[in-house]
Amino acid sequence: MSTVVPDRSSVSAGERTGASDGRAPGTFAVVRALLRKELLVELRTLESVPAMSLFSVTTFVVFHFALNRNSVDGDLAAGILWVTLLLAAILGVNRLFVADAEEGGFDGFLLAPVDRSAMLLAKALALLAYLLVLELVAVPAFGLLLLGPSLGQALPVLLGVLALGDLGIAAIGTLVAALAVRTRARDLLGPLLALPLLVPIAIGGARASSPLLALTHPGAPAARWLLTLGLYDLVFGLIAYALFDFLLED
Amino acid sequence: MYGKGLRALSISTVAVMAIALGLVFFYAPLEAEQGFLQKIFYVHVPLAIIALCGFVAGGIMAIQHLRTRDSRWDMRSYVAIHMSLIFAVATLITGSIWAKGSWGHWWVWSEPTLASFLIVFLLYGTYQPLRFSIEDPERQARYASVFAVTAGAFVPMNFIAVRLSTAYLHPRVLGSTSNLPPRMAVTFLVSLLGMALLYTTLCKYELTAKHTRAQLRALRRRAETRSGAEDASGAYARRPRSAAPSVAAPTIAAHTAGRPGV
Repeated sequence: MSTVVPDRSSVSAGERTGASDGRAPGTFAVVRALLRKELLVELRTLESVPAMSLFSVTTFVVFHFALNRNSVDGDLAAGILWVTLLLAAILGVNRLFVADAEEGGFDGFLLAPVDRSAMLLAKALALLAYLLVLELVAVPAFGLLLLGPSLGQALPVLLGVLALGDLGIAAIGTLVAALAVRTRARDLLGPLLALPLLVPIAIGGARASSPLLALTHPGAPAARWLLTLGLYDLVFGLIAYALFDFLLED
Repeated sequence: MYGKGLRALSISTVAVMAIALGLVFFYAPLEAEQGFLQKIFYVHVPLAIIALCGFVAGGIMAIQHLRTRDSRWDMRSYVAIHMSLIFAVATLITGSIWAKGSWGHWWVWSEPTLASFLIVFLLYGTYQPLRFSIEDPERQARYASVFAVTAGAFVPMNFIAVRLSTAYLHPRVLGSTSNLPPRMAVTFLVSLLGMALLYTTLCKYELTAKHTRAQLRALRRRAETRSGAEDASGAYARRPRSAAPSVAAPTIAAHTAGRPGV
């Protein structure tokens, strides 16, 4: 951890106050410190989020030319939006643990007497933050460049659907990133592992948002898709929580 | 110890498979709509069920491995998933043939089981590349187990999601065995048993082969160290890099260590 962030004083402040009276710091404090470090590193290097955002806009342009359509709606619009978001998310997933693996962040974290799951939580929250910023760029860009019907009315519900999808992407993405980062073919295995696991999110997300993006008679998403997404988030959140410790053992 | 019961298992597999084939061709009635083509059902569906059960079983063995740290569980999990992958390829091929025969297309998206099977297959296709790209055997086993557990839980979730997404365009041939005529149901259950036996036998063969190979390696290493002519590192360096887990064979070493004059 200390090798990644130059100024340790601000980052490890929470841990130090906890350690001063001889106790290990609470999980919440650790998560906060790790999350702070993640976001600081991202702010200073600007490695993931700008690339993800730029990638999403470029993909919309590619879709415009590949499909030869000036505007899309309904199923097609929902599909394009979700495929683009998933691919952009995978870019972030691929970079998520690279700094820790290369600069000794894992070693630093393992030396600290703290709960290992804190790292999962911090990384997942960081990835969630990246995804939210990505959507802040990608959704307006999509509305501007490709979407036929106006985004205004559908926006609140669409944001809810996106948030549900993001939770699942964050859980699966963090687990897969940790799994792939210390293999030889890291850049290859990450997407290969992540995409099939994300298919149910693509199904649920696209089906839930397609009535929102319909040209005529836009409607509310069917409850079963929201339920599917929620259930999937829950199950894979628990799986990631149960398995993450085993990836950090050496 | 791994080879124990292999002969009996092989013979019973062959017997049950033969009975199943006999039932398929001479006992089960021809289906009214699809006629002879429907017979592929007795191969395709058991293959699919066994492959999925094998994937989930591989996940359960991986949980055992993570809990006990016993490398034999990792080996079993690897063999179960490896064999299931082969069964999954066979499932996809027979499913394709069936789809071509009954609906006229090699691939039918509106059949949710086929679509979700493909996704599961694509996910498990990364199992071997994942193993192959981790060199440290202990970490390889651990990471593979984490993958196996995740993927094992993904199998039922994926089936729910894909099934929800598909409108039922085609009549379900198999809802459950309860709506089959009794003669078809008996044939199907015997075929399922035969396929399960085949899976178990093949898994056992692979485990036995791996164990034998490990024993042979240990013996060869002993022979080389005894002759003393080769340098000591040669025997270890010759071990090939592999995606498959290998058993250490401590039994032989321990057994013969106390007998210098053999």
